[in-house]
Amino acid sequence: MKKKSSKAVRYNKWGYIFLIPFILVYVVFQLIPLFNTIYNSFFENYLSGLTQIGPNFVGLENYKTLFTQGDIWIYAKNTMILWIMCFVPQIILSLLLGAWFSDVRLKLKGSRFFKTVIYLPNLIMASAFSMLFFTLFSDGGPINSILMQIGIISEPYKFLANTGSARGLIALMNCLMWFGNTTILLMAGMMGIDTSLFEAAEVDGATSTQVFYKITLPLLRPILVYVVITSLIGGLQLFDVPQILTNGTGDPMRSTMTLIMFLNKHLYSKNYGMAGAVSVILFIITAILSLIVFKVTGNDKRKA
Amino acid sequence: MNENKNLKKGLGIHARRFIAYIVLILVTFACLFWFYVLFINATRSNGELQAGFTPLPSTHLLENWNNLVHGTLPVWQGMINSLIVSVLSAALCTYFSTMTAYAIHAYDFKLKKYIYAFILAVMMIPTQVTALGFVKLVGTLKMEDTFIPLIVPTIAAPVTFFYMKQYMESTLPVSLIEAARIDGSGEFHTFNNIVLPLMKPAIAVQAIFTFVSSWNNYFVPALILHNDKKKTLPILIAQLRAADWLKFDMGQVYVMIAFSIFPVIIIYLILSRHIVQGVALGSVKG
Repeated sequence: MKKKSSKAVRYNKWGYIFLIPFILVYVVFQLIPLFNTIYNSFFENYLSGLTQIGPNFVGLENYKTLFTQGDIWIYAKNTMILWIMCFVPQIILSLLLGAWFSDVRLKLKGSRFFKTVIYLPNLIMASAFSMLFFTLFSDGGPINSILMQIGIISEPYKFLANTGSARGLIALMNCLMWFGNTTILLMAGMMGIDTSLFEAAEVDGATSTQVFYKITLPLLRPILVYVVITSLIGGLQLFDVPQILTNGTGDPMRSTMTLIMFLNKHLYSKNYGMAGAVSVILFIITAILSLIVFKVTGNDKRKA
Repeated sequence: MNENKNLKKGLGIHARRFIAYIVLILVTFACLFWFYVLFINATRSNGELQAGFTPLPSTHLLENWNNLVHGTLPVWQGMINSLIVSVLSAALCTYFSTMTAYAIHAYDFKLKKYIYAFILAVMMIPTQVTALGFVKLVGTLKMEDTFIPLIVPTIAAPVTFFYMKQYMESTLPVSLIEAARIDGSGEFHTFNNIVLPLMKPAIAVQAIFTFVSSWNNYFVPALILHNDKKKTLPILIAQLRAADWLKFDMGQVYVMIAFSIFPVIIIYLILSRHIVQGVALGSVKG
């Protein structure tokens, strides 16, 4: 028999062995592609007609073109507008529903049913959901038909031909798909608040509005920041819904074209230099946002 | 909420409950209305659909279904492909994420701290930003039009790993592992026969999430699968959208959409309680 310490060492090598699959797969399918993406962003590499240009090393030329051409600013603006249009109603609704679900005095019946229903859209295939909305809101589709039957409009409204309504539809779909998730996250956070605080407030005669603003919201701050930043990271990745809804065109007038749709376009046209540059910029933004999440949840841990 | 402020004592509990129910019913309507219309329209013929919306179902569901199956889109093949990719992804992802979590949870080794920090740090990186390198790699490895690049990468899933690690901290005491060692159980044997069964609830939740996200995934599969025989359902949906849909039989379109979201809805209806709990569990950090 060996000594205890060497035995521990002998066991602990299994830590490395069990990590092999993860590390191997991560390096091959994530890390190498990431470095390859960054590497490609410094090269001129695209198809002009049928002739292949490059790959030639061009330094930061791709980034320069990207920012001076200006298209990326439009798409970044679109992405942000779509995210805000989706996130503001979503967070208000989620806070409200979360507060109701976690309020023991309110004793809502059927809250399991409601939670089940609001989470459902999150699991629906985004591309199928967008295709559904595309058909429902098309000129001859059921929504126009219903609106005309009720008498709100006299002729079909072209939902997808107007910037406002096209963006509104995308925001509505994303809001529907994500507010259930946000509600459950916030609710879990609210359930974690010490109930004695609520009881004390009740004894002091605080109204439910006061309780919400003075106790729930401040104590919920870390999880709220987490929700905002992760939603923003998710918002940057917005792709499936506008891609399918507009068939990749970002119509009307590129007003629903998002950053990832832009990336996807470059990937399809095999303009690898530009695709690389767009990817790297998205990577840097996400990295900064993740750092913020890291800090917030890290602080949270120290307090607890 | 503004109304609440105007009344100094706040609204009574009954009024608040009333408002809550009204809002919840409206929200429920907003969530389910689209699927109701989808169901109704899937049962109606193209001619009926052109004539406008009626709230009652018709009798053409089977006819639409037959037209779809015998049409140009390989829907059954798509369904089978989607199933293969999603089931294998869910199995590999949960098994190996549990293994990774176990490595970090149960052992003490030099690089542990750094590897753990690294996995947490890369958790938020979206797959889209590495897509270019990924597609090029898949091309170099000659893996285009195969399912390998869609299935194997799920072995390294930082989010699933994190969930498993959290769950292990609350359910897997180190003393249990030591007891197994004393009984002469090898490390790999311990993992497969003692740890995995204990992790079943967490594995079930994560298997569902991985299955669903893989089932719904569009961006990466669309870049890798070009052969009609290999396409998954989301790609077929996109193809349907790109087709000259005005000439399309709309009944078929609705059936196709219903067909592609149906499996997930069934899974959800059976397992909804675990799923909703799983989301809540994953959020409680630290």
